[in-house]
Amino acid sequence: MLQIKSLSKSFRGFQAVNNANLDVKKGEIVAVIGPNGAGKTTLFNLITGILKPDSGKVLFKDEDITGLSPHAICKKGITRSFQVVNVFQRLSVFENVQVAVLSREGKTWNLFTPSKKLVREETNRILENVGLKEKANNISGALSHGDRKVLEIAMALGGNPEFLILDEPTAGMAFEETVRCIDLIKQLSEKMGLTILFCEHDMELVFSISNRIMVMVRGATIIQGSCEDVRCNQAVQDAYLGGSDVCLM
Amino acid sequence: MLQGFSGRKDLFWVLAGMIILFILPFILPRFYYYTVSMIMLLGLLATSLNFALGYGGIYQFHHCVFYGVGAYGAAIMLSKTGISPWVGLLVGPLMAAVLSLIMGLICIRLSKLYFGMLQISLGSLVWAIIYRWRGFTGGEDGMHGIPLPGIITSGTGAYYFTFIVCAVSFFVIYMMLKSPFGSALQGIRDNPVRSEMIGVNVKRHQLAALVICGFFAGVAGVLFVVVDNSVFPNMMFWTLSMEVMIMCLLGGWLTFMGPIIGAGLIVVIRTVASGYTEYWSLILGIILMLVIFFLPDGVLGYFVNKFKGRADKQMVKG
Repeated sequence: MLQIKSLSKSFRGFQAVNNANLDVKKGEIVAVIGPNGAGKTTLFNLITGILKPDSGKVLFKDEDITGLSPHAICKKGITRSFQVVNVFQRLSVFENVQVAVLSREGKTWNLFTPSKKLVREETNRILENVGLKEKANNISGALSHGDRKVLEIAMALGGNPEFLILDEPTAGMAFEETVRCIDLIKQLSEKMGLTILFCEHDMELVFSISNRIMVMVRGATIIQGSCEDVRCNQAVQDAYLGGSDVCLM
Repeated sequence: MLQGFSGRKDLFWVLAGMIILFILPFILPRFYYYTVSMIMLLGLLATSLNFALGYGGIYQFHHCVFYGVGAYGAAIMLSKTGISPWVGLLVGPLMAAVLSLIMGLICIRLSKLYFGMLQISLGSLVWAIIYRWRGFTGGEDGMHGIPLPGIITSGTGAYYFTFIVCAVSFFVIYMMLKSPFGSALQGIRDNPVRSEMIGVNVKRHQLAALVICGFFAGVAGVLFVVVDNSVFPNMMFWTLSMEVMIMCLLGGWLTFMGPIIGAGLIVVIRTVASGYTEYWSLILGIILMLVIFFLPDGVLGYFVNKFKGRADKQMVKG
């Protein structure tokens, strides 16, 4: 469904992403792992159009989407959540998700119908799915960190995506929140059939939910394969454990 | 969330205010209702700025250019061409909207402060043209005795015209803020990157917001022509833009009614203080400093937070 072909991006001489390759098939959950600074977030920014690559290609459903603007890519069916919480601080939880739904339906040019009456059902359904229904009227800036991370995902769902990118969905969450979030991701994949690409430092989470794993080191893909392949791969060992030959996990 | 204006209770106050404004010319001498019509049209100017500033997060530093162009557009149409005066009055806001589109297209590629700086420069350029083009615009002296349609030449006629146009404009702006466009705009203010990622074309929405706010600034400009029967280049000097921005901050830039209240406060302070000293802006400066220190959300913002806080506490108790 999504193919990345030798994608590269540098910032003033620093090669953040260097010849990255990735292939995600429909319905899969694929994890991107790698040490801090490996270029995972940059890779996601390149896919979603926030950054333009220096070279390489991004293909989505066999269509070249390299260098399109973020809103155009969103309209193609790719939405994402952010690692650093990125919500509309002054709007309520409900309004945050509602704007996403309105935008997907192309209603943001409507100047004279009150928003209040529009897309209520769908917004409420999304909030119910992610478990934020009770907090719908809270101002999102006042939510707990964990709830805001979930709101991130809810907003990404508002775009009714086929392909969901989650940038460290559980970073900074308390244990129970992490468990809830893992359940949510599994549900999204199983019930809604979403294809999910995510990155995460929590190895337990990575190995428990992903079908395949891509490992990035210093901007380059060193391996993409099943959990088993990655677990005992020598290059991965070197990158993570400094060359010892124990298996990860 | 759109604060400070929601629910039946607020609707009651708005209606009560409108009735008072409606009967004002019957009970007060001309000077007072002239001042009130100034407050209304400056309130509209401040509200139009707040559409971009408070709800769109766009740093529209030189908003008065559109006020001035609206006024000059109408004034020139009325005094130098033979077209129907009502059409002439409509030309003002349209010219302001077109200028806003052109300036927006140039400035929108920059963000935040850079947008504001470029906007000040371009705006000052427009001011300089008006100021220097003596033959066409009257230069420094401006234009006086503009021939208005008969029904609005009298004091009360001008007052009711201002009243009706302002009421309609406020209603339209309010509807827009409550519409999906308004929601998207507030999303852009809070987080442009996120807005892009949910599929909102940020630049295009901001540009539309600029055109809308330019249009309503132009409407305010035309109202000035109607009320004062004159135009002069100081209407679009950058200091007035700052004053309008202060109105928004003073009243509360995250509320709908805030800028109107701010306009009221500034006009009253100016009218009262300038009776005693010509350095009335000194007084304004001190008041502004106090507001920033003690009421960072503005006067109305302070009260909204206070009463909302009380309501929340009651809910917890109940």
